[in-house]
Amino acid sequence: MKQNFGSFIRKESLHILRDKRTMLIVMLIPVVLMILFGFAISTEVNNINVVAVASERTDGIRDAVERLSQNEYFTFKGYIQQDEIDSYLRSGKASAAIVFSPDYDRRAMQAAMGVPTKPIIQLIVDASNVNTAGSATAYLQGVLLGSASQQAMFETRMLFNPQMKSAYNFVPGIMGLIFILVCAMMTSVSIVREKEVGTMEILLVSPVRPVKIIFAKMIPYFVISCVVLVMILLLARYLLGVPMSGGVWGIFALSLLYLILSLSLGLLVSTIANSQMVALLVSAMVMMMPILMLSGMLFPIENLPLFFQVVSNIVPARWYIDAVRKMMIQGLPLVAVWKNGVILLGMTVVLLGVSLKKFNDKLE
Amino acid sequence: MGAIEIHNLSKSYGKVQALDNVSFSVERGELFGLIGPDGAGKTTLFRLLTTLLNPDAGSAKVDGYDIKKDYLAIRSRVGYMPGRFSLYPDLSVEENLQFFAALFGVSIDESYELIAPIYKQIEPFSTRRAGKLSGGMKQKLALSCALIHRPGVLFLDEPTTGVDAVSRSEFWDMLSGLKERGITILVSTPYMDEASRCDRIALCNEGKILSIDTPKGIVRRFDKRLYGISAKNMFALLGKARMVRGVEDCYPCGEKHHLVAGHEFDIEYFKSQMKDTEGLEIVNTEPTIEDMFIKLMKR
Repeated sequence: MKQNFGSFIRKESLHILRDKRTMLIVMLIPVVLMILFGFAISTEVNNINVVAVASERTDGIRDAVERLSQNEYFTFKGYIQQDEIDSYLRSGKASAAIVFSPDYDRRAMQAAMGVPTKPIIQLIVDASNVNTAGSATAYLQGVLLGSASQQAMFETRMLFNPQMKSAYNFVPGIMGLIFILVCAMMTSVSIVREKEVGTMEILLVSPVRPVKIIFAKMIPYFVISCVVLVMILLLARYLLGVPMSGGVWGIFALSLLYLILSLSLGLLVSTIANSQMVALLVSAMVMMMPILMLSGMLFPIENLPLFFQVVSNIVPARWYIDAVRKMMIQGLPLVAVWKNGVILLGMTVVLLGVSLKKFNDKLE
Repeated sequence: MGAIEIHNLSKSYGKVQALDNVSFSVERGELFGLIGPDGAGKTTLFRLLTTLLNPDAGSAKVDGYDIKKDYLAIRSRVGYMPGRFSLYPDLSVEENLQFFAALFGVSIDESYELIAPIYKQIEPFSTRRAGKLSGGMKQKLALSCALIHRPGVLFLDEPTTGVDAVSRSEFWDMLSGLKERGITILVSTPYMDEASRCDRIALCNEGKILSIDTPKGIVRRFDKRLYGISAKNMFALLGKARMVRGVEDCYPCGEKHHLVAGHEFDIEYFKSQMKDTEGLEIVNTEPTIEDMFIKLMKR
């Protein structure tokens, strides 16, 4: 029966290869996502328009504004009057206004010498976008504090991602998402298609156990996912410059485990769904949403309400993304994320077990 | 022992009784037809016999194997062609055949002489995608695939639905050929005119078997006189004829209306009642399976 297993894989590969559009999408999505998240979409703050309010333009104020406009993150839009602040922020002409106190120079000097003093700069920030407002405030403070020569108070060092590049953060997230997309969604849809078209009936009325056919179905998707995996790793390393100092083999090994987990998830979906539409919806809603929201890909898990923090424990992508992040960015070896590995392995065994048990070789 | 033996088989989906206490048997090498409209339970019966469903009650044996206990044995011994086209439209004719050969662990060469009369007709298109074949060619490919492992019993669920008249006739010729090779065939169809090509037929409706006999025997059981009537205004004729004393039933059948005569029916009286009907024609007509079916359904 060895020979017929080979021909099942061949048949499945033909299905995939002939569906050129889907094939193209599968290959393009990772590239597009990597480029989008790597370059276009970033939580870094760029091009913040800043205005300044100062009754006199003293040397100290000039100096501060000079440094501000030199900074690539800010665009200095000029001096305005106190009563214009509101209209500037409302119209969006500026996102932040800096109000210097009248005797800025003198009090800055005092502060530099360690004499306690009242606030000398007021920051008025448009907080309609919380992320931008938060980062802008932090940046502005950094830049302006420098002018008051108080930077000696803190010394901050960003480890692992010193430039705070958001791409580093997104690569593991994208991997967590893509493999669910390719493995779980595509396998479940392709199994359910056999039900929908009616070929499943013929497959069942044959001496071959359907489980065998289904495993044959998974293999081409597994191969595609491996290709995608290599593609993502290459893009991450050479296009986005992610360090991967922890060794690429650990990432690879863990990803293979995650692939098998995603395939089992797809199999489970296919045992529940009876039409391709349902399979797609289940994959999209039940799998994509938790990955986006609860895996730590977009929002830190620590920021979630307690309930969702608990729920996030059953989202496989959470453990995978966390582990890949550690290996990719912190440079930890595979053994350092053994806990995540064991959890993922456990989930795989359970999912595979449940779906094989649920898989029916009758029609109902 | 028959090739298929069915005892008191019942199956329901929720509240719908799809199959209600059905019993019959099919002899070896017989071409047996299940004739009935949509919803008669034909597909359910096929799925039970091909072990795709479990019955609620009753039992059945296919080729000597019980459909519940020995379902794996049945699955490798029967050929099954489901109602809708169930091959892979994105694979070529040849790839489909190869896949089904592999599925049953045989090579195409082993069964070639069996499928040749059918497969030869589509062989010139062997590289064409199955989805791009015409309805008749699709059926031929599906039949070839169902025969690839030389099954002893063949289940064909409405194989000619959606196929043109010429291809339908060809298809029945092929079935006659297969029957001569000793293959037992259970075939269902909603077309009454195809029933006469079977050795025996079962008329079924709403999950019940109404009658089982040879096509001729079924017709012979029609014990009433039957007339074919027509007029200029066929629709008005139908209503009017039904009102006349002695007319048991009157229904459209092809180009004419069939009139079933009761005991009190008198042709002269009927004519007198209908004398102002324009272009009235009345002829004696031989009953068909359809007439029998309508009669059984009304009972």
